[in-house]
Amino acid sequence: MTGGLAALFALGVVFVVLLAVSALYCILVSRNLIRILIGLELLIKSVTLLLGVAGYVTGRMALAQTFIITLIVIEVVVIAVAAGVVIGIHRRNHDLDAGKLRNLRG
Amino acid sequence: MTVDATTIILLAALLVAGVATVMISDLLLAAIGLAVSSAILTLILFHLGGPLAAVFELSVCAGLITVVFIATISLTKADSCEDARWDKLRILKRFVFLPLVVAIVGWRLAVSGIHAERIAAPLSGEVEGVRQVLWSMRRLDLLGQILIILAGVFGVVVLFKGKNDDEEAAK
Repeated sequence: MTGGLAALFALGVVFVVLLAVSALYCILVSRNLIRILIGLELLIKSVTLLLGVAGYVTGRMALAQTFIITLIVIEVVVIAVAAGVVIGIHRRNHDLDAGKLRNLRG
Repeated sequence: MTVDATTIILLAALLVAGVATVMISDLLLAAIGLAVSSAILTLILFHLGGPLAAVFELSVCAGLITVVFIATISLTKADSCEDARWDKLRILKRFVFLPLVVAIVGWRLAVSGIHAERIAAPLSGEVEGVRQVLWSMRRLDLLGQILIILAGVFGVVVLFKGKNDDEEAAK
C-alpha cells in the first residue's frame, strides 16, 4: 500500500473507531428505547464508513458498494422492525424506559 | 488520492454530527442530527468514488429511516418516556463524559498509530464494475436481501396485527 492510501486508511479507521465509541456510549448509557435505536443506527454508519474507506484503499470500490447496499437493506429492515417493537411496547406499557421492561421477568 | 483537507473536514463533520446526535436531549432533534450524519456520510462516499452506495445512503438512510424515526417519536410522544419527565440537565449529565471518552480514545489511537501497510494491499489489474460484482459475484446476496425484506415485512405485519384479529383467531 502506498503512503497516501495508508494514511487515508489510518485516518478513516480512527474516525470509524471514534464514531463507534460514541454510538456504543449512547447504547450503554441511554434508557430510552428510541435513543438506543439511534445509537444502533450510528454504529451501523461507522461500519458503512469503514467499508467505504477499505474499498477505496484496496481498489475494490465496486465490491465495497455492493456490501454497503446490502448493509443498508439490512439496516432498514432492522430499524423498521425495532420501531414496530418500540411502538408495541409503548402501547402496552405507556413508557419507553428500558429499565422498566419487566414483563418477561421470571 | 492522499489525505486532503476535504476528507479531513468531512470526517470531522461526521464525528461532530454523530456526537451531537447522541448528546442532544430532544429526540426529534436527535433524529434530524442522524439525518445530517447520513448526508455527510453520503458526501464522504461520493468523495471516495462510490456514487451508487452514496445515493442509497442518502435516499434510504437520510430519508426513509428519518421518517421512520420521526413517526415513531410522534406516535410515542403523547405520554411517557424519560425525556418528558427528566429535565434536560439530567440527560446532559449522562452524556457529559462522551466528549471526554472520544478525546481519550482519539488520543490513544493517535499515539499508538495504525499500521495500514500490514492490513491490506491495493488490487492490481482490471477495475471491476458494480453491475458485474452485484449480478455475477454476489448474486446470492440479492437473494438474502429479498428474504430479509420479506422477513421485515412479515415482522411489521405481525407486530401491528390488531387485537380483534387475535380474538377472531381464538374463536
